[in-house]
Amino acid sequence: MANQLISQMGLPKSIAYVFAARNIITAKDALSLTEFEMMELLDVGLAEVTLALAHISEVSCPPYQTALSLLEHRIQNEYLAGHLPTRLKGLDAALCGGIPFGVVTELVGPAGIGKTQFCLKLALLASLPSTYGGLDGRVIYIDVESKFSSKRMIEMGFNSFPEIFQTEGMAKEMAGRILVLQPASLTEFTESLQQLKVSLLQHHVKLLIIDSMTALISGENGQGPPRQHALGWHISFIKSLAEFSRIPVVVTNQVRSQGRDEASRYLFQVQDRTEFPEDLMSFDSHLVAALGIHWAHAVSIRLVLESRSGQRFIKLAKSSISPPMAFLFNITASGIFLIDDDGVEMMGPEINAIHCQGHSGIVNFDTEMTR
Amino acid sequence: MEVSSLPISASQRGKLISSGYTSLSSLSSVSPSQLAQDLKISENEALEILKVASRRSELDITDNGACAIVNGAQTAWDMLQEEESSVRITTSCSDLDDILGGGINCKEVTEVGGVPGIGKTQLGIQLAINVQIPADYGGLEGKAVYIDTEGSFMVERAFQIAEACIEDMQEYNSFLRKDSKDSQACQIRKDPKDFLDNIFYFRICSYTEQIAVINYLEKFVSEHKDVKAVVIDSITFHFRQDFEDMALRTRLLGGMALKLMKLAKTFNLAIILLNQVTTKYSEGSFQLTLALGDSWSHACTNRIILYWNGNERCAHIDKSPSMRSASAPYAVTGRGIRNCASNSKRVKMM
Repeated sequence: MANQLISQMGLPKSIAYVFAARNIITAKDALSLTEFEMMELLDVGLAEVTLALAHISEVSCPPYQTALSLLEHRIQNEYLAGHLPTRLKGLDAALCGGIPFGVVTELVGPAGIGKTQFCLKLALLASLPSTYGGLDGRVIYIDVESKFSSKRMIEMGFNSFPEIFQTEGMAKEMAGRILVLQPASLTEFTESLQQLKVSLLQHHVKLLIIDSMTALISGENGQGPPRQHALGWHISFIKSLAEFSRIPVVVTNQVRSQGRDEASRYLFQVQDRTEFPEDLMSFDSHLVAALGIHWAHAVSIRLVLESRSGQRFIKLAKSSISPPMAFLFNITASGIFLIDDDGVEMMGPEINAIHCQGHSGIVNFDTEMTR
Repeated sequence: MEVSSLPISASQRGKLISSGYTSLSSLSSVSPSQLAQDLKISENEALEILKVASRRSELDITDNGACAIVNGAQTAWDMLQEEESSVRITTSCSDLDDILGGGINCKEVTEVGGVPGIGKTQLGIQLAINVQIPADYGGLEGKAVYIDTEGSFMVERAFQIAEACIEDMQEYNSFLRKDSKDSQACQIRKDPKDFLDNIFYFRICSYTEQIAVINYLEKFVSEHKDVKAVVIDSITFHFRQDFEDMALRTRLLGGMALKLMKLAKTFNLAIILLNQVTTKYSEGSFQLTLALGDSWSHACTNRIILYWNGNERCAHIDKSPSMRSASAPYAVTGRGIRNCASNSKRVKMM
């Protein structure tokens, strides 16, 4: 509503013409000026300016809802009350039903831990008919790292839902609902995102997966403004895509090793160092999510996948609906599954640490690449 | 009083001064038609100018009048009385309430910042629920406005916190009225849904909308008098993306901060702004600091930073005119923000 035209807001004619004459066309133009700048620019008195601005603000402010109507609306109008079940019982319970619609969910973890496996499974689940608990819709899978494997996905399908996949032609139909995009550059990715905005609603798309966000940025490194700003537009755009089409968006993020000078404390903590003799840096493991703190603020749910002494854990590192929990998991022919549905509640910043030791995948992360 | 201080348009001001009307007293005796002739403007316009001028000189008279030395001022003693009688919004964590002097204060703008996942949104939702605690239980019995710029408000979570809040009130109720026989009569008739019904939720998708909603709040709050808390989650998000012109950003943020303070004062509101963190290079190393830059850090009355201290979540008062700088641990539990329990690892049964 930021680009709403002032001329259509029902202001008194006399003042509306003054706005038009000074080339203040949209609400954005008007609200970016202070009242005094406006007085100078429009050459009218303070009273008129205040009135006009109050009116413009009221019109361009989106309407409110009570939290109750929000809840009722979701329960009534949305299948599964707005969640995509992951079929991992413990995780679903912690997330109130699964990956929520309308927000960005992030998977972070070292290479080979099973991020892509998780994504493949989610893609499959979303494409299933609703009689089997799926979302019965199309899935758009943006595969930046060229790691998507149809074979693996259908294998998962055969093993976890034999009754569907053994039916003649079903494998074809399910797989036919998953559209895989492989953008080669950030620019290409940006273009497809913009196209998506329209087609998401038209084509009954129920899930958007981006695997991974990091590869896009590292590919473009070395030119242009620093990385944080390169992603600024994408962050808000992806969030608004999720919001307005009310679909779950799942994004993966790589890890990189933490630099020595990485900030992890505030100035007041440094000054108080004598009070905390133990070095707080020591708990920070050597791995951190590749996209920085700016990105981390933007995701609503962060799942960390890690391995500790040969066991794989999936941790709910950031979520506004669940306490920090960790679940033991493994990957089999039918995809990712939880060994124990009772999670362990985690304490402290441990929940954000990413361990990577002794899992069977190929551990090969290149600091140069992810940086 | 100079004519140049009148809130009228630049061209009218120019005309007044060039016709020799430089002070307010020179306008006091002139008739509208006389003024219209002198300034070569319509009589209506002249009448408007005179109205504005007379309003201004009335103010001047009361200024010098009996009761106040400066209009709009309040004595420090009155302020103290008012402050002591005002009810604060509890955070549901008594350690945190202690360092805050009882909770989040009304009439003030409080900024809360911290790393992702530390519990900013949790605190925001908790406060939106706690502001509704009935007066019998030491609450404000108000309503809340929740301005969500990030889409991180989870209505399921608000429901959980409301449920826990009702349970706590029931516990308090039975504790308080253990002896009396009428404990049955004092059952709480509140439902979690009532709590949700009293949260007005705005979803903001651009910085223009953010400015618009803050301008509009004045009208909204005057129509919904029982609103006592406004949570903005977060103030930062739209101002961190796509902003080329940093001078414009600073100016817009400054304007917003002023409006929020005025709102807090006029309607006796607690305004809670959530902020993100960023890294900053100072004294030879990188530090975490709240986003939006140095000039913004002046904008809020109180500033609370949430951070990890070893395995504990802590809140640190970074800036406050009335409270000393202190830290307190808190925990985010299934029931909301609570005191920090010392047992380190609990197995949660699902």
